[in-house]
Amino acid sequence: MQLSYTPEQIAFRAEVRGWLEAHVPTASLEHYDATRAGFEAHRQWEATLKSGDWGMVTWPKEYGGRGLDLIQWLIFEEEYYRAKAPGRVNQNGIFLLGPTLMEFGTHEQKSRFLPKMASGEEIWAQAWSEPQAGSDLAGVRATAVRDGDEYVLNGHKIWSSRAAFADWAFGLFREPGTERHKGMSLIFFKLDQKGVTRNPIKKINGHVGFAEIFLENVRVPAFNRLGDEGQGWHICMATAGFERGLMLRSPARYQVAAAELAKLWQARKDQCDPALEADVVRAFMDAEAYALSIYKTASSLMAGAKIGPEASTNKLFWSELDIHLHRTALAILGAEAELISAPGAHDWIDDFIFSLAGPIYAGSNEIQRNIIAERMLGLPR
Amino acid sequence: MDFTLSDEQLMFAETAETLFYDLVTPEHWRKLMESGDARDAALWNQIVETGLTLIQLPEEAGGLGLGALDFALIAEKAGYVALSEPLVDSAGVAAPMLAALAPDDPVLADPAASIAIQQEEGGLVLDADSAAAIILRKGDQAFVASPDQVTLTRRESIDPMRRLFAVEWDDSKVQPLGQADWDLALDRGAIFAAAQGLGLAQRAVDMAVEYAKERQQFGKPIGSYQAVKHHLSTAQTAIEFARPVVLAAAATLESGDIQSRARISHAKIVALEAADVAARTSIQVHGAMGYSWEVDVHLFLKRALALTSAWGTPYFHRQRVAARLFTQPVGPSTTFARENENG
Repeated sequence: MQLSYTPEQIAFRAEVRGWLEAHVPTASLEHYDATRAGFEAHRQWEATLKSGDWGMVTWPKEYGGRGLDLIQWLIFEEEYYRAKAPGRVNQNGIFLLGPTLMEFGTHEQKSRFLPKMASGEEIWAQAWSEPQAGSDLAGVRATAVRDGDEYVLNGHKIWSSRAAFADWAFGLFREPGTERHKGMSLIFFKLDQKGVTRNPIKKINGHVGFAEIFLENVRVPAFNRLGDEGQGWHICMATAGFERGLMLRSPARYQVAAAELAKLWQARKDQCDPALEADVVRAFMDAEAYALSIYKTASSLMAGAKIGPEASTNKLFWSELDIHLHRTALAILGAEAELISAPGAHDWIDDFIFSLAGPIYAGSNEIQRNIIAERMLGLPR
Repeated sequence: MDFTLSDEQLMFAETAETLFYDLVTPEHWRKLMESGDARDAALWNQIVETGLTLIQLPEEAGGLGLGALDFALIAEKAGYVALSEPLVDSAGVAAPMLAALAPDDPVLADPAASIAIQQEEGGLVLDADSAAAIILRKGDQAFVASPDQVTLTRRESIDPMRRLFAVEWDDSKVQPLGQADWDLALDRGAIFAAAQGLGLAQRAVDMAVEYAKERQQFGKPIGSYQAVKHHLSTAQTAIEFARPVVLAAAATLESGDIQSRARISHAKIVALEAADVAARTSIQVHGAMGYSWEVDVHLFLKRALALTSAWGTPYFHRQRVAARLFTQPVGPSTTFARENENG
């Protein structure tokens, strides 16, 4: 164990910091889920990132990445959040589908999809959930029927983040007549193609980032299927592993929020219940613990280990710490907590509202607790 | 940057685990509780022969001169079996202090001799009666005595395997050792208590899991019910996010700066919280059986309770974390920052 950075890692951090200081927009962008303009501004930012070759630093160079290791990725993320750079509009692509494509895709598929994902030219949404298939994802009813070199897709997808504005979606479809975990395939489709209708759904924060998607005889090439026919469930579970494991929620995000919380506390503690200091310290400790855990995971992965069911504990931990941290901020703000923040100020109330989504998406925390109990602890189903 | 344990560290920990798991059985606990001893001679000899008492001792004093991380891994395994033999405080805290102050003390030459230590002035001393030497504290000064040079009065602990003593002593009749590094002793005591907490927590969860797989109600194992699963997942999650903190804190203990001390304190708080939630969960999952003396879960609850406030209360440790948080740079690039460098 060596818990300090090498001279190369220190130099890398300085390089990232320098580039971000020169390129991060000074005025914050409109949220990518708020309007088409906000979405496109974020796509533009992805292009800027790509111009510095920072699109997806851990991917191989031939697929649009920089070929860096996971410790470098963590350093990049730390600097990214430290610089308050815009949110990653393509996170469903780069953090979820990307690693899955890397593992299950053919060389042709990787060459086709990954570089444009890394550059933000093609922005992705996830199309898994359906009105009757949420936590019970194996209840998916949308179908894919093979017709020569094509699939014909039909069905109704919902709660699809970013789908109102995104270009592509990766969906879970089944061969008609199959049941539950069998017969499903993971298939990509374009969100603006014939037969696709998307209806935005307003979220509790007023944004329209969700959509429901109706597919009516949507024809896609068989090339758009990831992995073998019928292997969809297995691939989705691997994606969910990335989602819960390393990539989706960077520890840096919470460390920045915890540092902001400490500042807020120091500025206002004279008017507050002194007992809140324990919550401020707790938020800091939780953010640190999450970061240490991710460094530990990154080191084990670099030494050849695989992500296992313990990834489900990550999702519980960051989602619960996020809520606690923001509730503490609201308690410190007191009567001001309900006020919409001034531009440029830390948006505690909006981030609190967002934190409430944490225990729901990426597999509800109830499902995560089942996974921990069954696959980690070995309790019976 | 590398957060993995070495093969040697893993091997040493596995050796300790096997030794403890084979010998520190429920029958062993019963025997100690009936006899009122905290030490089984045969087990203690095995611990000594395996070299576990030498890990933190400097090479000049005949030890292995390894770091706090190496010993924390052993302490974690000791927690897993609720070890009552005086390994952790003696070999982890007291012996290194004595070696620093009096490297020629004959007690150090005998690896089987245990050394007790007073955590704070006037405080109770664990395993003082069976120790070859007791390190006592007055202000920043340390003294060493044998049990027959002082007056020991037993104070019963709720933990039937913890033997605590009030010590009356006359500083003219014991040997002065001079000014000691009590902060370092506290850091070591706290991190090894935290490591034991991880072991206690994992054992409490493991016991509950075994029981929940066997115990049937409404025609199914109770472990198939979500209410039971979710309790245990919550406890396991607490362990998963305490362990990296304990490992990191142990690995950087020697730097002794404000960041290192805060991380030790963080580890101490969350590892013992994990032990507490795991032990209470385990009792709940065991139902009425969990409330019985016969089922061993209570031993883990009681040890967790005792260690929660040993080597600094949670309040003391939270203040050390607050001192780091409010006086040093914070944020994502400072996770591994040291006090004397620029964030």
